Amino acid sequence: MAAVRARATPSADAKYEAARTGGIPAAGWLLALVLVMMPAIASDFFLVQVFGWAFILGTIALSLQFLAGYGGMVSLVQMTVAGFAGYMVAILGTSGLTQISLGWPFWLAVPVAILLGVLFGTVSGALAVRTAGIYTIMITLAIAAAFFYFTRQNETVFGGFLGFNGVRAPVFWGIDWRAPVPFYYLCLGWAAISWGLVVWVARAPFGLALQGIRDNARRMAALGFNVTAHRIAAYAFAAFLAAPAGVLLTWLNGQIAPGTVGIGPVIDILVIAVIGGLGRPIGPFIGALLYVLLRLFAMDLLVALGLSGQRFQLIIGLGFLLTVLFSPDGVLGLWERWIRPRLVGRAGGGR
Amino acid sequence: MATAIAERLSATGQVNALELRGVTKYFGALAALSDVTLSVRPGERRAILGSNGAGKTTLLNCITGDFFPTSGTIRFFGEDVTTFPAHERIRRGLRRTYQISLLFGGLSVLDNVYLACLGVSRGRFSFLRPRRGDPLLESARALVHAVHLDAVADKKVAELAHGQQRQLEVALALAGAPRFLLFDEPAAGLSPAERGELVAILNSLPSHIGYVIIEHDMDVALRVVESVTLMHEGRIFKEGTPAEIESDPEVQELYLGHRHAA
Repeated sequence: MAAVRARATPSADAKYEAARTGGIPAAGWLLALVLVMMPAIASDFFLVQVFGWAFILGTIALSLQFLAGYGGMVSLVQMTVAGFAGYMVAILGTSGLTQISLGWPFWLAVPVAILLGVLFGTVSGALAVRTAGIYTIMITLAIAAAFFYFTRQNETVFGGFLGFNGVRAPVFWGIDWRAPVPFYYLCLGWAAISWGLVVWVARAPFGLALQGIRDNARRMAALGFNVTAHRIAAYAFAAFLAAPAGVLLTWLNGQIAPGTVGIGPVIDILVIAVIGGLGRPIGPFIGALLYVLLRLFAMDLLVALGLSGQRFQLIIGLGFLLTVLFSPDGVLGLWERWIRPRLVGRAGGGR
Repeated sequence: MATAIAERLSATGQVNALELRGVTKYFGALAALSDVTLSVRPGERRAILGSNGAGKTTLLNCITGDFFPTSGTIRFFGEDVTTFPAHERIRRGLRRTYQISLLFGGLSVLDNVYLACLGVSRGRFSFLRPRRGDPLLESARALVHAVHLDAVADKKVAELAHGQQRQLEVALALAGAPRFLLFDEPAAGLSPAERGELVAILNSLPSHIGYVIIEHDMDVALRVVESVTLMHEGRIFKEGTPAEIESDPEVQELYLGHRHAA
């Protein structure tokens, strides 16, 4: 075969590279600028309770988007992975529950918590990858449910029904990271790194092979890929995104309890990812922002309309239903199909 | 690449490329393969003929590890690979194509071949994107060229004509350093002109690479092989040179379907 070695033209190479890297559009840079400047315009409540929370949930949903969108594996265990890391930081570090927490310094407790979170995600993945489709959903849901009930019943390590309170972001480099502005940047930073990693990995050999496995696992095995190992590695990578987000979530709430890893929140992550759109890594963040806004303001809206404030779940459920029915690729798909073509059309020309 | 293969060949001596002993495969109570014993020398080119349901594709699936035989052993260049998963056999130099193209429709032609090259390289888990002049990317380009698909290298595979998809199937099987190939009806659905192109590609393979080809079209099969195995109802029925098989009265009766027609 050495005889048939082709001379690639430089232009073909450049084209190939451009297609592989894909430039960040101007709108992306504008969005980045707005997000970085946000503390100048938004109140503390918006910075932490809206954007901070949305970045955290978005990152956890992103780990699901990576597995589902690129790997074809719908994992319901991502919230549990995040919650596990959150529990670990409470157990290893400091919390109000001094008889359990080991009181390790944050620079030790946080990395070890993330590492254990990744380990938890990898083991869950190893259990789940030999199944496909609905069975993957079932087995990951079973792991999530088992962990939820375990934390509720285990008093000695997981603090039982009440969990851990008083888990705070640390103070270092002279910055109090629990203060609204630093915490906002912490959440934004991890969300941005996670997004960038997913975009990068999707076009790297590892991600390409994962998409190949999603499309045709049998053929990938016949090309020399160890499909099982590759899938487990994808779970490990997804857990690496979700685990730090879980630590941030614990710091945001100041506490971690079984309610954080309950079946409701586990399903919410799936809802967020689907509403936002599984096709691209930005989708989960759009979904998370919508979810957070609904959670925070739907209650007021319902009360204003004379309905019970408890019905906000109904609105989220209806939103999910409408998305699945009318735009299976989420809000992102709606944008791609309806809004952008019109905008481009109005701008005169269109490409 | 060629020297590496020569070294491996001399190291393996006169060991057969493929050595099947008593391979049997049951699907429930149905014996798809019964006691198949077969040896193919390195570099040998062998056709497997037989009517539909004779067990040809099942045999290929057992050899590549798509599924495991119920009993019997499979040796690849002397090594017992009977219980090896498919990817382990592929990494040892076995390659195959599929009867119905199994390709990645959403990816470009080049990305398809790139994946094939990646599968038998050490960079499978790499997080680093390929850069200009990446050796894997270069060898992918060379393969695209070898199967005459340069013009559509950046096209999505789903947009390709059937014949081009069959050529791509062959390219995927040639990735890395193949030692032995299995072709499952590579000419299925091809036009006469495309068949000619396929025969040219098969005949241009380096002579040290042997293969087994399943083919209904005698014109293709008998022009590219030196020996023929005829299968019938999961068993080996006859073996010989193309000329012997063609002139065998028993074969003619069976393969041309007189008995079935009656």
